[in-house]
Amino acid sequence: MESISQLLHFFPLIIVTIGSLVVMMVDAFSKDTAKLYYLSVFFLIAALAASISDVFGPAGEAFYGMAVYGGTSAMGGVIVLLGTLFVVLLCKEYLTAIKHHVGEVYSLILFCTVGMLVLVTANDLVTLFLGVETMSIALYVLAGLIKRDKAGAEAALKYFLLGAFATGFFLYGIALLYGAAGSTQLTAIAEVTDGGLIYWGGLAMLLVGIFFKISAVPFHMWTPDVYQGAPTLITAYMATASKAAVIVALIILLGRAFPDIHSDWAEVFQVIAVLTMILGNVIALVQDNMKRMLAYSSIAHVGYIMVGLVAGTAAGYSGVMYYLFAYTIMNVGAFGVVAYYERQKGLDFTNMENYGGLGYKQPMFGVAMSIFMFSLAGIPPFAGFIGKYQVFAAAVYEGYIGLVLVGVITSVIGVYYYIRVLVYLYMREPESDTVFQQPGMVYKTAILVLAIMTIYFGIQPGALSEIFTQGFEQLQIMAATGR
Amino acid sequence: MVTYLFILFATLAIAAALAMVLNRSTVNSALFLVLNMLSIAGIYLLLKAQFLAVVQVLVYAGAIMVLFLFVIMLLNVEDEEAVLDKINFRYIISVILGVVVLSYLLYIAGSMADALPPVAEDMAQVGTVEAIGDELFSTYILPLEITAILLTAAVVGAIMMAQHKFK
Amino acid sequence: MSPELVTSLIIAFVALFVVLNTAAIVVFAERRLAGFIQNRPGPNRVGPIGILQPLADVLKLLFNEDITPIYGRKALHTIAPIIPVITAIAAIAVIPFATGVVASDINVGVLYLLAVTSMGVYGVTLGGWASNSKYSLLGGLRSAAQMVSYELPMGIAVASCVLYAASLNMVEIVDSQEFWWNVFRNPIGFVIFIIAAFAEANRAPFDLVEAEQELVGGFHTEYSGMKFGTFFLAEYMHVVIGSMLIVTFFFGGYHLPFAGYWLPEMSETATIILDLIVFSVKTLFFVFLFIWVRWTLPRFKFNDLMNYSWSRLLPLGIINFVVIASAIMIYNNYFS
Repeated sequence: MESISQLLHFFPLIIVTIGSLVVMMVDAFSKDTAKLYYLSVFFLIAALAASISDVFGPAGEAFYGMAVYGGTSAMGGVIVLLGTLFVVLLCKEYLTAIKHHVGEVYSLILFCTVGMLVLVTANDLVTLFLGVETMSIALYVLAGLIKRDKAGAEAALKYFLLGAFATGFFLYGIALLYGAAGSTQLTAIAEVTDGGLIYWGGLAMLLVGIFFKISAVPFHMWTPDVYQGAPTLITAYMATASKAAVIVALIILLGRAFPDIHSDWAEVFQVIAVLTMILGNVIALVQDNMKRMLAYSSIAHVGYIMVGLVAGTAAGYSGVMYYLFAYTIMNVGAFGVVAYYERQKGLDFTNMENYGGLGYKQPMFGVAMSIFMFSLAGIPPFAGFIGKYQVFAAAVYEGYIGLVLVGVITSVIGVYYYIRVLVYLYMREPESDTVFQQPGMVYKTAILVLAIMTIYFGIQPGALSEIFTQGFEQLQIMAATGR
Repeated sequence: MVTYLFILFATLAIAAALAMVLNRSTVNSALFLVLNMLSIAGIYLLLKAQFLAVVQVLVYAGAIMVLFLFVIMLLNVEDEEAVLDKINFRYIISVILGVVVLSYLLYIAGSMADALPPVAEDMAQVGTVEAIGDELFSTYILPLEITAILLTAAVVGAIMMAQHKFK
Repeated sequence: MSPELVTSLIIAFVALFVVLNTAAIVVFAERRLAGFIQNRPGPNRVGPIGILQPLADVLKLLFNEDITPIYGRKALHTIAPIIPVITAIAAIAVIPFATGVVASDINVGVLYLLAVTSMGVYGVTLGGWASNSKYSLLGGLRSAAQMVSYELPMGIAVASCVLYAASLNMVEIVDSQEFWWNVFRNPIGFVIFIIAAFAEANRAPFDLVEAEQELVGGFHTEYSGMKFGTFFLAEYMHVVIGSMLIVTFFFGGYHLPFAGYWLPEMSETATIILDLIVFSVKTLFFVFLFIWVRWTLPRFKFNDLMNYSWSRLLPLGIINFVVIASAIMIYNNYFS
């Protein structure tokens, strides 16, 4: 049986799939939600270990060309699983605090992760679509977890309706591309370079669907509302793991199916990258709500990431991977701290006015928040800076100077609103005396680990970025382009 | 004959889709969607995809749309404000009859221009249950399994949204 | 027209004629049998032993005033009764009545059958909705929920029969039972199927749709005249078709029990005549069973009805399917 031996290359996916089903069944027959938490963490750690070992393993195609393994896919898997693991670690305390600690959350997060892992391995439009859908459907539900809350219900509904609309585009694009290429396999599509209107229309629709999922301007409208309405850690999950998964899928899609028309799609990507960077940063300036600010900042970060995609070289793609890795770490951390502050006073504590003086009350969280904010702003020596540097460097090397200039200017604008948080944390008087609840051991450790990782990978990016670059050569994405 | 049927089904599908969007009664809209699905099933049949055609009727028209109707009736959804005024059912039926005539005219025009190539004979082999089963359990085994997870996730999510009582 | 098409049309029309008339006779049989079971004479005035009663009923219905509720949906109200009749007629197309006597021998016959029967629910549901009456609406809603729920166990039970034939073709399913009927090989599937068939026909003990004690007449409260007659006809057509399906899927269709072991070769005409007789007798027995059950068993409560389908029949059906599939696979791999 050929396909059974191929299963060996998909251990992370298999572990998470089994994990999701086990958690679901245990949830059905057991009242103890804490048990599910430990089970999920166990499965995620196992999957993460398997996926890290896959990074150093062989790469290739499997399941009749439906999926790829190793290289980029394995690294994408590592990023996704890392994000998921930390979200789940932080989840328990947060959900207990807001009284929504239900077992289904864990199985849904794991189902969602299955979708993401499928996404990062997709080598066929069918697999790609199924990955996106599995991920999205679980996310729709998770976004509406707090259904009593009107903002939460609105967020879920908005996300669902617009997401379904985007799925329509996505599917239509797949249908048209299939019509143009006669196959849904990425490598087969690469052989067609100009199939007339069907081809370009299909590509455009496919990209619209993907841009929606990564909330690039002008398909970003849902992002602030959904990020604000959803439970904070679920927002962290949506902003990091799900975006990372879709972008890795986009890298594989662009690298394997459309390498020869790079100059064509790069023009579109440039325009969208410029729009995304400007709009995300400028609107984030005037946000008073912490979660909305982070939502616009995540839009801005997608803009930077797209600069790396525009470059279209191994350096650009590996820069994007590094960026995703750094972004996942620091954003989960930032949302984790926000979720901790939020816990003190219920759900409307996310307004920045309330953050006055909090830095002194919980020194550890204040420092961690500062690290994450500096890193998000792209200030050395944190991981965020290295990511941004690599992405911009790759684009400059390919001659996209104007684009990078816009990127640099908008990053400078971005510094303002990240530092503004710190101003509130340290330089404002507290508005009222809130007695702070102590965070649990796991919560503290998780935030600490994320902060340390943010610093470590800012100082020592070498080894990791070498691995990222090697991954592309292994997968031979670039072989097709001849670059 | 096949070309004529195709044009008939195609015009019917488009007309039903338009009627579904323009109709102001939600129940009527749902019924036009059923009609649309049946027409699409007819087109599948003309392409010799028997399995797909029957499954289209069985799953979409026979099960999913019944649940749609069920929910619409249960919630007693009010009729919407009309997109176009004075579209009533009789008018729609006359439109559908018009569709039949129109499709006949299109057929004549199409056969003059030789617009539609005939369906290849070996398509009949591709559309059978056996062929689809073979494909599903070999080439498409991974998507098949992922679909199972997708549906499980959707069921878990739906039940959680509908049933969970938070204290 | 090609010769096959002509044969198909002839078979279809003859079958249609027979089924329509059988439905009328079944109405009469039901009333007489009900009388017998309840210790009263039943209709016995029109013609000898009341045999002309169906004709009188039809005449009465034709002369009844045809009422459409003022605030109802007139068009839907008119279309609704026709739908179940159409689906019942369409189902006849793939049922094999004797060796070689089948209107349309298609590759996906079983799925076609399930698809067509699943469309029947629209008639009842829309009838209930178009009547603009709470009783009718409740009846319609109940029917939608019930039909969708019982389609699944029915499909699973049929699928377990498909396993033996390794085909979705109706003729091949019947011929796979030449030696052993499916009722012997797949008894659990048979029980599930017969229960689901009763529910799909909206017959007691599953006639929640028209439960007269609660809903006056259920979905047909607001129907009169020949529109009501059409609904009535459709119900009995579904009884006849349901019986035919039970026979086809589980009682060997036109085959005598274990016919493959002992039945000698016969000429073609003789085979067809014998087949037709065998098929009719078996069908009539199940029609009788339908009537018998209706006048014997009390009605389900609605929540029990739903529970029964989703948490009893469906899991049982799935387990049955998996067990049979594994057994067949093991048998094929290791014992043959």
